[in-house]
Amino acid sequence: MSTLLQIHEPGETPAPHEQERGIAIGIDLGTTNSVAAIAEQGKSEILRDDHGDGLLPSIVAYTGPTPIVGRAAAEELTRHPELVVSSVKRLMGRGAADIKALSGTLPYEIHGDQQVGMVRLKIGNRVMSPVEVSADILRAIKARAEAALGQSVERAVVTVPAYFDDAARAATKDAAKLAGLDVLRLVNEPTAAALAYGLDHGAEGLYAVYDLGGGTFDISLLRLQQGVFQVLSTGGDAALGGDDFDHAIAENVLREANIQAPSLTEAKTLLVASRRAKEALTSAQNAELIFHINGKDLRQSVDLAKFESLIESMVARTLRACRQVLEDAQVTASEVKGVVLVGGSTRVLLVRRMVAKFFGRDPLSDINPDEVVAAGAALQAEALTRGGDTLLLDVIPLSLGIETVGGIVEKVIDRNTAIPVAKAQEFTTYQDGQTGMQIHIVQGERETVDACRSLGRFELTGIPPMAAGAARIRITFAVDADGLLTVGAQEKTTGVKAEIAVKPSYGLGEDEMADMLRDSLTHAREDMERRLLIEARVEAERMLLALDAALKSDGDLIAPSERAGIDAASGKVRKAMQGEDRDRIGAAVEALEKASHPFAQARMDRAMEQALKGHSLDEVEASMATDRAE
Amino acid sequence: MSQSEHERFNQSPEAGAVAPCWSCQQPVAARALFCHSCGAVQGPGQLNHFARLGVAPGFDLDLDRLEKQYLGFQRAMHPDRFVTKSAKERAIAESQAVSMNAAYETLKDPLRRAAYLLELAGNTAAVDKDQTVHDPELLIEAMEAREALSEVASIDALEKLQVEAGAKAIDLIAQLSKAFAADDYDAANKAATRMKYWRKFLEESRARRVALEDALGEDGA
Repeated sequence: MSTLLQIHEPGETPAPHEQERGIAIGIDLGTTNSVAAIAEQGKSEILRDDHGDGLLPSIVAYTGPTPIVGRAAAEELTRHPELVVSSVKRLMGRGAADIKALSGTLPYEIHGDQQVGMVRLKIGNRVMSPVEVSADILRAIKARAEAALGQSVERAVVTVPAYFDDAARAATKDAAKLAGLDVLRLVNEPTAAALAYGLDHGAEGLYAVYDLGGGTFDISLLRLQQGVFQVLSTGGDAALGGDDFDHAIAENVLREANIQAPSLTEAKTLLVASRRAKEALTSAQNAELIFHINGKDLRQSVDLAKFESLIESMVARTLRACRQVLEDAQVTASEVKGVVLVGGSTRVLLVRRMVAKFFGRDPLSDINPDEVVAAGAALQAEALTRGGDTLLLDVIPLSLGIETVGGIVEKVIDRNTAIPVAKAQEFTTYQDGQTGMQIHIVQGERETVDACRSLGRFELTGIPPMAAGAARIRITFAVDADGLLTVGAQEKTTGVKAEIAVKPSYGLGEDEMADMLRDSLTHAREDMERRLLIEARVEAERMLLALDAALKSDGDLIAPSERAGIDAASGKVRKAMQGEDRDRIGAAVEALEKASHPFAQARMDRAMEQALKGHSLDEVEASMATDRAE
Repeated sequence: MSQSEHERFNQSPEAGAVAPCWSCQQPVAARALFCHSCGAVQGPGQLNHFARLGVAPGFDLDLDRLEKQYLGFQRAMHPDRFVTKSAKERAIAESQAVSMNAAYETLKDPLRRAAYLLELAGNTAAVDKDQTVHDPELLIEAMEAREALSEVASIDALEKLQVEAGAKAIDLIAQLSKAFAADDYDAANKAATRMKYWRKFLEESRARRVALEDALGEDGA
């Protein structure tokens, strides 16, 4: 199939030599924490800050002109809850409809009532997209890596949940681009985790990666053999994670203390206390929450049994997804040779217990579950740039299809198909003389369009009028190794074509992306403009002063009409200098030079004449130089 | 691959074709992945799925060998191997990886493999289209099974139905093998249609299980 060749018509120059392009790092852009790592000769190392911290909380505070990221931002959370954004990953590539489903659980304010496109957050006076907030986190991670490595970092492998759909993947790649990072590959988090374990243990066989992070749950089944990591199937829940455990504790506290409608600040402090309680319950039978509501400091305790009863149904939900993934791969739990735990939420004892029971074996957890993904991403970054023996074969997590008559979804690529993949399907017109066709791309497993996610729409026009059913429209779906989709359509009898790289309905338009890139450069450009304007004014001023001096000493050399021309041109320069337009100043200066050219010529002649009256050439040159310096 | 399989494979007209390399214009075999003159990666060309993965055509496939071949090719051609190469080479490698994935996805699954063999034999594969089924026996069986599925009230009873359907699907693989060995495409078509039906039934039974679990309010773990 040569479809991809047509779609990705290469016009770029070959990549420069490896050595010139510097190192590539692995980044785990997490819901709760983000981590960067570097690998050298198959050994990965987490990049830490001055305090030895590997985890950068994925929290951004917009309290001043420069965003604050990480622990310092978390400290602003209680002081300025409305200016602090956390868990933004849950909004990547999401639209207004998704947010409704999550309403009440989101610790941020959604801007306006946007019906199309990705949601926007209202943060103080700013309106920002989740992509921009993620870019700020990535900038901080990049800065940390650069400080730790002592050199600039421009390339990275960035991980995403395997369950991320096309919109969320595209949004992640856009965020990296905004942060000045070239994404070598988007790698699924569970695959990265398995990579870290596989290489460290030389493991072969079937492995399940159970990844319960702050906001997402992923389960993937991989087969490891001879250095090939093959994703057999993947599933999960893009809106389930440890944050929900915190919410469960917090809601229980509110219920038991009979508190209604806490303020945003109170809710946030309670959530922080709930998270601490959850963490304490990984090694204690009881935890105490201390929080501040309605002007009172409250204390409440939660015991392990209560906590486990609160979250049991959520953990059970993850196990259902596990069974689905096993069925998709047509294997049983007993065939799984090992279960890898990823994500801080797998420290919860009930999670470990239920996972162990489901798979009939104790899960692996000897690599820090918060760092294992970044470690794997770093190994892959090294393999991609320096060459390596491992190979990651990934699949698409959700089926891709298009809308047909009556809002029914026709699947073009089934979920769990290995990528890269390209598939074509033929459709036809349903009305006589139909000359255009709306192509609506959706992702999901359901049969109807409204139950799936809309990825984008485009139109094929210029179909020659034919009887209904006579046109043959071939629609090609191509998914690249990053899991990103490109769709093309062609009417076969005439060759009319339409094509889009799916910049999803919930993603950012090319225009928006360009605007953001421009914005990020604006400051630098404004400074440059300012400097050039000042330089132009200084230059013009110098010229006017020199001209005045020359007119004073040699004004007799020119006719009154010429003098009037010079004066008029000088006036224009003075006027232009008062404005902000650098080009206008330049033009006026040029006009003045032209108007005064005969005068300058006459002065030159007089100078030469005087010079030849018994002066040395050196003296003449010196006097001319002085003239110029005036 | 046995000696005779090698011969069969090499007799495939596609295998011997030669084309100029896009990069250096030297002649390259159509199935070559890289140009032997300049080393440039070559496009996927027109090969059938069996030839592409270097396995003997037929319904009875050595799946271990198929997988080994596939992984070996992907190891060389996956886009990850070309991250630092030119855009053109990256695009060519990607199209190679796409072709190999398509070949592997088709051949590893008995139903898709059967449909593909029927297509290669010039038999418009009924299994790939939603055509009316002219198989009264299947229609009756299907109706009964659907009824049983809708009436099932416990996970155990549902699992029993799933096991029965699974056994039928496995038996149909044997029937397909026999039919293709005898070049009996009608029998193959019939078996494939039946298999398609039982696959669909299994899929529906899984959806039913989720609904049932919701109704019973347990995780079933």
